Amino acid sequence: MAVPFKYVLKSFKTRKLTTTITVTGIALVVFVFAAVLMMAYGVQKTLVATGAPDNVMVTRKASNGEISSIIDGDTRNVIRTLPFIAKDSNGKQIISEEPVVVINLEIKKGGMSNVTVRGVSQEVTLLRPQIKIKEGRMFNPSLRELIVGEAISKKFLGAQIGSKVKFAGDYWSIVGIFESNGSGFDSELWGDSDQLLNAFNRGSSVSTLTFKLDNIDNFEKCKRAFETDRRLVQFEPKIEQKFFEEQSEFLATFIRVLGIFITVIFSIGAIIGAMITMYSAVANRTVEIGTMRSLGFSRRSILIAFLTEALFISLIGAVVGLFFASFLQFFTVSTLNFSSFAELSFSFALSPSIVISSFIFAVVMGFVGGFLPSVRAARLNIVSALRGG
Amino acid sequence: MSVIIQIKNVSKSYWRNSLEIPVLHDLTLNVKEGEFLALMGPSGSGKTTLLNLIAGIDRPSKGELNVAGTDIAKLNESGLAKWRSASVGFVFQFYNLIPVLTAFENVELPLLLTKLSKSERRKHVENVLSIVGLGDRIHHYPKQLSGGQEQRVAIARAIVTDPVILVADEPTGDLDKTSAQEILTLMERLNKEFKKTIVMVTHDPHAAEKATRLLHLEKGDLV
Ligand SMILES: Nc1ncnc2c1ncn2[C@@H]1O[C@H](COP(=O)(O)OP(=O)(O)OP(=O)(O)O)[C@@H](O)[C@H]1O
Ligand SMILES: [Mg+2]
Repeated sequence: MAVPFKYVLKSFKTRKLTTTITVTGIALVVFVFAAVLMMAYGVQKTLVATGAPDNVMVTRKASNGEISSIIDGDTRNVIRTLPFIAKDSNGKQIISEEPVVVINLEIKKGGMSNVTVRGVSQEVTLLRPQIKIKEGRMFNPSLRELIVGEAISKKFLGAQIGSKVKFAGDYWSIVGIFESNGSGFDSELWGDSDQLLNAFNRGSSVSTLTFKLDNIDNFEKCKRAFETDRRLVQFEPKIEQKFFEEQSEFLATFIRVLGIFITVIFSIGAIIGAMITMYSAVANRTVEIGTMRSLGFSRRSILIAFLTEALFISLIGAVVGLFFASFLQFFTVSTLNFSSFAELSFSFALSPSIVISSFIFAVVMGFVGGFLPSVRAARLNIVSALRGG
Repeated sequence: MSVIIQIKNVSKSYWRNSLEIPVLHDLTLNVKEGEFLALMGPSGSGKTTLLNLIAGIDRPSKGELNVAGTDIAKLNESGLAKWRSASVGFVFQFYNLIPVLTAFENVELPLLLTKLSKSERRKHVENVLSIVGLGDRIHHYPKQLSGGQEQRVAIARAIVTDPVILVADEPTGDLDKTSAQEILTLMERLNKEFKKTIVMVTHDPHAAEKATRLLHLEKGDLV
């Protein structure tokens, strides 16, 4: 079937103003749509980056996060006897036994928010090599000292080197700022594991325990060891990356659902805009449509020609919207992660699937907005169209 | 000579607010191949309606209509569209060129419905544009052309698929005397040299003189 595509393209170019307005409407909606998905993806990416694929994190089965998990001293010792734990050059097991608590800090811009304080063992630098001290120095394990993640030091009052933070009845000095390659650790404060246990009077019960596998293929065996040992059945080993990925699911899904709900409402506006544009295109070109029909173009050709024009508008809207949305990648935002009840700082992140979804969303808008006007164009009676409607 | 347009007992009414408006009653007319027929008549007498029926862009309410060897009253929508693109060329009073397309692209439009390749289309378009004397205006847009030139582009578009029949609805109605004269000469040439059967509606007695046959339509009846 012949469709006069050149006609479509050239008509589209002549009506600059209305087309620009319609494209802008669609671009705005695509921008918001993409931004929401980029935000959700950013959360996921940050939390996935938090974990390593060859670290195993042990939590209590009944817990639904790090804070509510408890691993007592006996269990810690049993886990240390497992054969799958990697060792450093001195033969020391690469393992970090971590009490995790949440404290309240004052935000620079006003208000308070929760932040995670994590106690870590000496070997943590081998366990999580992405952690780099950016300013200052590492905490001294025998003192009430802390290092803070980059995102925290930027956002919170008194989270700079030299400041003191008060919790658990003590003052803790901040001696360093660390970065962690955009992972969730950027939003945490770290101190020595034993110092924290001592301050919080927790005896020898940590929240979680993370160790490096000597061989990534040993995870299944490790899992079986937990299932078969009576002393360990209450605990669950998980690949660290997977654990944090699951932590991101709730927040990411929440952002997505709410965001998509809002953009769908916005999109109704853009669809009506596209519809008005296309109806006026049909009305202004009634004689042209009649002429083309009289030349032998079928109703279907006309339908497709006008639908193509609507889709064209929406595709350009998608390109413009995505273009601007891609700049969001340079922005970092932070919000409360419901899964850990603590601050999480992350960047907007773009992925191929977000680009594709945005295009599909735009095309759907163009199609829905362009369909009825195109049907009207196709259904015009030739004789009355030639008489001008 | 054989009959190429056979109109037998054709009636046509329009409906407006469920009120029947009869336009043509029981009209019978034969046009022979190679004829140049001029149709005259007062405004509202049904001339355009008759042309639309012949060109297959409208359907009769009653009667038989055989044009270029096809019983067009019996064709369905898409069959009729196909038939139009192959068998008739239509020339309008107000040229009806597509303003966003150049002369070349306007003339090329009907060829998009054929199986011709791009280079073949180009050859046909250039050929007809030179026949109508616009070989040097190929890439002009309608608004860059005079009325007479626009109508010549429209005629080129009507003949580019080489249809056997050409229908023209007051093709000189909107033109000054000289341009009108040029168009009429062109029509005459298409009839004589290219053997097109032409049915032309006109209000202008001078125009009618070019025709080989003249008919008057009054209130839907041939007189
Ligand atoms: N699509 C239509 N719907 C309703 N009435 C129509 C339609 N087309 C034509 N008519 C009516 O049919 C009658 C004949 O119209 P037509 O256009 O055939 O006249 P005409 O002879 O071409 O007139 P003119 O010289 O003004 O062009 C007129 O009364 C017109 O109002
Ligand atoms: Mg008329």
